[in-house]
Amino acid sequence: MFDKILIANRGEIACRVIRTAKKMGIKTVAVYSDADALAPHVRMADEAVRLGPPPASESYLLADAIVAACKATGAQAVHPGYGFLSERESFAKLLAENDIAFIGPPANAIAAMGDKIESKKLAKAAGVNVVPGFLGEIDSTDHAVEIAGGIGYPVMMKASAGGGGKGMRLAWSEQDVRDGFEATKREGLASFGDDRVFIEKFIESPRHIEIQLLGDQHGNIVYLGERECSIQRRHQKVVEEAPSPFVTPEMRRAMGEQAVALAAAVGYYSAGTVELIVSGADKTGQGFYFLEMNTRLQVEHPVTEEITGLDLVEQMIRVAYGEKLAFTQDDVTLNGWAMESRVYAEDPYRNFLPSTGRLTRYAPPPESRTSDAVVRVDTGVFEGGEVSMFYDPMIAKLVSWAPTREAAIDLQIEAIDRYQIAGVGTNLDFLSALAQHPRFRSGEITTGFIAEEYPEGFHGAPEQPATLQAVAAVVAAIAKLDATRALRVDGQLGTPLEASDRWVVRIDGTEHDVTLEADAATIDGASVSLSLGYRPGAAIVEAEVEGETYVLRIARKRGFMTVTTGGRARKVQVAPPRVAALRHHMIEKVAPDMSRFLVSPMPGLLTRLMVQLGDKVEAGQPLATVEAMKMENMLRAEKSATVSKVAAGVGESLAIDQVILEFE
Amino acid sequence: MPTTLEMLDQRRAEARLGGGAKRIEAQHAKGRLTARERLDILLDECSFEELDMFVEHNCAEFGMAEQHFAGDGVVTGSGTINGRLVFVFSQDFTVFGGSLSERHAQKICKIMDMALKVGAPVIGLNDSGGARIQEGVASLGGYAEVFQRNVLASGVVPQLSLVMGPCAGGAVYSPAMTDFIFMVRDSSYMFVTGPDVVKTVTNEVVTQEELGGASAHTAKSGVADNAFDNDVEALLAARDFIDFLPSDNRTGVPERPTDDPWDRAEPSLDTLIPDSANKPYDMHELIAKTVDEGDFFEVQPAFAGNIITGFGRIEGRTVGIVANQPMVLAGVLDISSSRKAARFVRFCDAFEIPIVTFVDVPGFLPGTSQEHNGIIKHGAKLLFAYAEATVPKITVITRKAYGGAYDVMASKHLRGDLNYAWPTAEIAVMGAKGAVEIIFRQEAKDPEKLAARTAEYEARFANPFVAASMGFIDEIIMPHSTRRRIALGLRKLRHKALENPWKKHDNIPL
Repeated sequence: MFDKILIANRGEIACRVIRTAKKMGIKTVAVYSDADALAPHVRMADEAVRLGPPPASESYLLADAIVAACKATGAQAVHPGYGFLSERESFAKLLAENDIAFIGPPANAIAAMGDKIESKKLAKAAGVNVVPGFLGEIDSTDHAVEIAGGIGYPVMMKASAGGGGKGMRLAWSEQDVRDGFEATKREGLASFGDDRVFIEKFIESPRHIEIQLLGDQHGNIVYLGERECSIQRRHQKVVEEAPSPFVTPEMRRAMGEQAVALAAAVGYYSAGTVELIVSGADKTGQGFYFLEMNTRLQVEHPVTEEITGLDLVEQMIRVAYGEKLAFTQDDVTLNGWAMESRVYAEDPYRNFLPSTGRLTRYAPPPESRTSDAVVRVDTGVFEGGEVSMFYDPMIAKLVSWAPTREAAIDLQIEAIDRYQIAGVGTNLDFLSALAQHPRFRSGEITTGFIAEEYPEGFHGAPEQPATLQAVAAVVAAIAKLDATRALRVDGQLGTPLEASDRWVVRIDGTEHDVTLEADAATIDGASVSLSLGYRPGAAIVEAEVEGETYVLRIARKRGFMTVTTGGRARKVQVAPPRVAALRHHMIEKVAPDMSRFLVSPMPGLLTRLMVQLGDKVEAGQPLATVEAMKMENMLRAEKSATVSKVAAGVGESLAIDQVILEFE
Repeated sequence: MPTTLEMLDQRRAEARLGGGAKRIEAQHAKGRLTARERLDILLDECSFEELDMFVEHNCAEFGMAEQHFAGDGVVTGSGTINGRLVFVFSQDFTVFGGSLSERHAQKICKIMDMALKVGAPVIGLNDSGGARIQEGVASLGGYAEVFQRNVLASGVVPQLSLVMGPCAGGAVYSPAMTDFIFMVRDSSYMFVTGPDVVKTVTNEVVTQEELGGASAHTAKSGVADNAFDNDVEALLAARDFIDFLPSDNRTGVPERPTDDPWDRAEPSLDTLIPDSANKPYDMHELIAKTVDEGDFFEVQPAFAGNIITGFGRIEGRTVGIVANQPMVLAGVLDISSSRKAARFVRFCDAFEIPIVTFVDVPGFLPGTSQEHNGIIKHGAKLLFAYAEATVPKITVITRKAYGGAYDVMASKHLRGDLNYAWPTAEIAVMGAKGAVEIIFRQEAKDPEKLAARTAEYEARFANPFVAASMGFIDEIIMPHSTRRRIALGLRKLRHKALENPWKKHDNIPL
């Protein structure tokens, strides 16, 4: 076996690979950019080598620097993780030239499959069903329009070298192609150094299901079941699961065998994934089409690991070393159900805009592994670390496993409640809301799920009556404990007073009368049992209300607190009844009208400004683009108005909520 | 013929109605509470003991003989906040618009005298149209009597003012002389001369809110300390605030139990200081992670944000915190921040509250506006305040401590008891670039040489070692251990005894 390997990546995946290497007794070398000098992957590894400044193009994408790091440290192999250099043929070749093993597939397979156009031709030749599309190169917007017209709308424009949702645009009309083609090219160039774009038919109501493959260098290839990744937002996967609620054993075999045939055609080995688009309306088990093959370890590989009991990273390392697979297709069994939620640094309440900054608090839920429940957190950030604008905004992957889908989903909900993150916005509330969504729980999902179910954006999970009751009861109980402690201050005039048992808890503007008893509470006349563990000031409160466990996250401000549980953040005020009664005389303050301003929804760079002082703009008109996290974000006019002031210039670094334009 | 007891009941009921149901309704319609309702929120339930409920005015001019209201427009007495004694007055806008008469003033003076005698805070709820004009000079005399007591009580018992309605003319000077002023947004204002006079004299058109509202005074003038959305928020905050304050200048800080471990480590503080010296970071994070349970009551949060002042607790005992804020103007000391911090430091010293200072200061703000407006004297206030303070003083330099500002910020030389530095601290006369440009003026045109010299200067001074080698820094500590160090230091300093030379009073550069 290798003595030492280098991990040419960062974040959670670098940590993930290092964990397995350690388990196998292999020494590890981390690489890092200046932005990651203190990152967990650097601290976990036995050695670490600096690559360069924060931008990926000056650090993690420097193949030569990584080869040099291998030579300097004596690393015999490189695991590329996902993204960065993982699917670059040139990198695999460069390693080979330097006698360094690549923990991944052969270079020719990367070349064949990494290029979406090439891979489609191959798939077609191998007899795999493919989606109609244009496989040649497109040289101009007019050409793109012509091709799209030939295929028939809607069509998808994709950066040829793209992946992970970057560099993809949907076009419903010729106008959309004209608007988006150049931007797709630009994003392809910016993110992957390749501006080729291809166009294909867009299948409506589709499900995204993919087959995990694993092959060795001796011609053995097996499929490890499927993963369903239909829960996506703007083509970025959010929730993944294995197996898929849609796939029958017959369909699984059909998909798996086709995927294996395709891989065999290119002499594939190591881990790889064949992504399929599946028509949810087609119940024949035949309605799946080849989308692309990812010649790397996927982000969502843990769900496959949890249902197969395999460590895919370990398998990749063994295969790279030349070992034969220790099992055959018949040995592969799928056990139970695994779910994965991707925790992103983004603000779901503000149209999922990326959020960057310092993680002032970061405490993931505790990991656990029993025979009927697994909670696993693949994370690569730390409290005090920075979520920077240079890299992917994914903070962690929250993985759960249980014998049934229901139970695995419920584990997610509880673990999300225990997740403490402060300093940057996160999609935790949204993830919880998804896990509670009846349609999601029914398994009737498509890739359009989020767009269909949250057309007006996300405003918190719906309030559940039992949860509301629990929040009211727990808040009253902690108010009493806080008050009791406050009354224990020294210098008392008389004997210490007792805190009240009666409280009025105001949750999002609605008052609830709560009376506390020893092990119970009465909320608006309804009595519930209540017990909780709390010490004044605690940010997490675990309580049992009517036999149900609730985990509440509490953020205090002077005058109110924000209580989050079950994917909903609530503004909560608690006061004794006499104070609450007087509060009724107070006049609600109306928030100032911000529609007069165009503000930057995120920290980023103002890359384009499409209007000038005095311009009349119409609702929906593009006004400016702000670049953050390598994504161009178009800002549009909310209503018709005239530009009365230009407050920021192109090239300026913007803070969140910084005013760019004023209107009148 | 009603019995005396029946009469008492009846009179009390009348007194409690103040100016009557209609005026109470009007007060409520404006989103304001009555004088008694306010006290009901401020004080522990049923703890209020009213004095002088039946006091009436003694004016017979302009038809006043026919108009009498029990209490004469102010409710006074004492009560408790979380069991601790406080004296209170609450002006009743429903009675003569809360205007101050001679008797009204006497009532306030009575509770102030008592507070001073027994050593308990005075909390004033101000909601008054001003002087009782019908009484003329008698009313003015009343004001002055209150002013005199404000001054005598200053530094003996804490005085907190809540301005919850109008407060104009001479009336402003009573809150002005108290220790802290809270205001209510959109319903309170303070000014010496109102918008009408302003217009007559200067032709300036301005609203009451713009001239002297909560935002004007908490963000621009710095006259008021904190602003709240409404009466209830302000009063509840006042309860929290009083919890931090000692009852007087002899009893020491209050102590309450906490489960927060005194030696709680915060590893994330080790990465608080960014790689680049020019990058800001939020000093609030250090404060929140240092004090008990993250509970920090910031004073003047909207004014001179380049310095942070406020109260927290360590091991349940109050500390005053002063911290440069790199997020605002790089944490520079200027006129406003010097004034703000100086007054806060003097309050802490007067009431035996230990002071914890977090330093990241690039120096004093340059410029004609600063110099011509007297940064010399204003900066000197902070220097003076720190130098004269005899309470326990613990200082932590997190990053920059440059120039005269280093001296000012509770340095060892100003009798700092424990002066710590993080490894990221740079104690120097100025930043390396500026220093090199002066020392090596002849090389100024050669950027290469200058860069080399800058690196040399940085290597020498951009660290805490030089200062530590001189004993100006007692110890270099890891950021994650800051709370433990401070808690331990405060324990050791609890019985600190230090006295300044006898003097009638000092002559701080006002």
